[in-house]
Amino acid sequence: MSSYDAQRVRADVPLLRRVIDGHPITYLDSASTALTPRPVIEAMSRYYETRHANVHRGVYTTAEEATASYEGARVAAGVFINARHPAQEIVFTKNTTESFNLLAKSWGRANLTSSDAIVLSEMEHHANLIPWFQLRDEIGFSIRFLPVGEDFRLDLGPLDQLLAGAKLLSVSAMSNVLGTINPVATLSAAAHAAGALIAVDAAQSVAHGVTDVQETDVDFLCFSAHKMMGPTGIGVFYAKRDIIANMPPFLGGGGMIADVRLDGYTPATGVERFEAGTPMIAEAVGLHAALRYLDNLGMSAIAEHERALTADALGRLRERFDGRVRVIGPADVHLRGGVLSLDVAGVHPHDVAQVLDQHGVCVRPGHHCAKPLMRRFDLPATARASFGAYSLTTDTDVLLDGLDHVLELFG
Amino acid sequence: MSNLEDLYREIILDHYRSPRNRGELPTPPAHQVEGFNPLCGDEITVYIDVSDGVLQDIKIAGHGCSISQSSASLMSAAVKGKPVSDVHATIDSFKRLMTVHESQLDDQVEPEPVDLRKLGELAALQGVVKFPVRIKCATLAWNTLTQGLSELNA
Repeated sequence: MSSYDAQRVRADVPLLRRVIDGHPITYLDSASTALTPRPVIEAMSRYYETRHANVHRGVYTTAEEATASYEGARVAAGVFINARHPAQEIVFTKNTTESFNLLAKSWGRANLTSSDAIVLSEMEHHANLIPWFQLRDEIGFSIRFLPVGEDFRLDLGPLDQLLAGAKLLSVSAMSNVLGTINPVATLSAAAHAAGALIAVDAAQSVAHGVTDVQETDVDFLCFSAHKMMGPTGIGVFYAKRDIIANMPPFLGGGGMIADVRLDGYTPATGVERFEAGTPMIAEAVGLHAALRYLDNLGMSAIAEHERALTADALGRLRERFDGRVRVIGPADVHLRGGVLSLDVAGVHPHDVAQVLDQHGVCVRPGHHCAKPLMRRFDLPATARASFGAYSLTTDTDVLLDGLDHVLELFG
Repeated sequence: MSNLEDLYREIILDHYRSPRNRGELPTPPAHQVEGFNPLCGDEITVYIDVSDGVLQDIKIAGHGCSISQSSASLMSAAVKGKPVSDVHATIDSFKRLMTVHESQLDDQVEPEPVDLRKLGELAALQGVVKFPVRIKCATLAWNTLTQGLSELNA
């Protein structure tokens, strides 16, 4: 897209000026965490310098301002994903993982019994697996898995059968390993037709395209600020108002109560009953700034920019390496995002990443917290390169040169 | 400054490409022990056959990066056929090699020098300490062997 200016985004990100061993940094790990633009850093500094106070307590001016900033961020997060009732449907957590723990330990524990079933998929991040395993080990229900096909996409064939009698479908919107973008609206419709709710892991998708919980009719959505150019330490849990109203509290402590007596407590009625203790106020301010930043760039424009980068990279990897470097994921850029899991023939991903580091290239080797998926494709690990709003085709140039070096050294 | 040549010495690449003592041993009589590096997904299985106080045979199975695989191969070559007491001494020397760099960095303690000649080919792995993340790769096989020996009380 001609109007999209990745160079300008780049200029906003101080870390992209780092030089590693004489090489300018080539950051290709945005799927792990996205780099932070100056407006986000400055918003957080400004908060600490001008209005830092605890929220929901003081009546003095800065305390009121801090509360307004925190609650303003909540509304902004809701608006960003098009929640119908932003102030009542958004809970701040530590990250996506904690959001899923909230879902399992609050909604799950209150709604699942030993005779129930939930449906996950084979391509889930551990964040959307372990909380369910833990809860299942505690109360005993069955977990069914939607398979991943040889084409690296969810196999929707058995979906209706798997959903029969299930209470929840919990799936990722985009795979952090394969880059596969899943058909959330279709999955949502199928879940609802079967009488189940749908939870979506939007950690990978939320910074790379439009998220609309009303259009897709999603019941729960989880994501992290740090993958969307915001700070670490804050995540978002969304649940529809009617559902969240009936969910029991998650963590206990200050700020989540209506009343406390020596014989017990009454939880608060709003979303604050899921936010025990002093929350991440500066991080909420940072998230708000990141949302504004992304809004200014335009989520559709970012998606288009990254699609072009991905198409270019897939094409050049194919031409230059002729099968010696395999991309584990869909070939069609309309079915995938900018996450390229590389399998370099005969070379362990750890070695690939080590050699690339000498070129200043940041990629992530490993199982990407998706071990069942790695097993599914019989891979111990991959070296994953991923794009962000600031990525350029020149990043791919450096990656490809680095891969030449990898093959030269180990080939 | 750390550079790739320090890490990927020719001996290391050779052991990676042609690993020694690769395979399995029938259990029993051999003892089998597994090691994992959850960070990078490396998995290793060490088979040891200990009798009369001697590590009679050793085989290595599993998969991993060049550092973990070559370290396992070098280890197997260094300990095979050796009295268990020598094996423990080699393990100690190797582990010291993997930590010596940190002691040198803080310049406080004079590290006990590791006799590189005694380590033979294993000395090729000394460059790994300049890449702290990879130390876990290099020590995986050794920790697994240590566990195996302790399970046998050997």
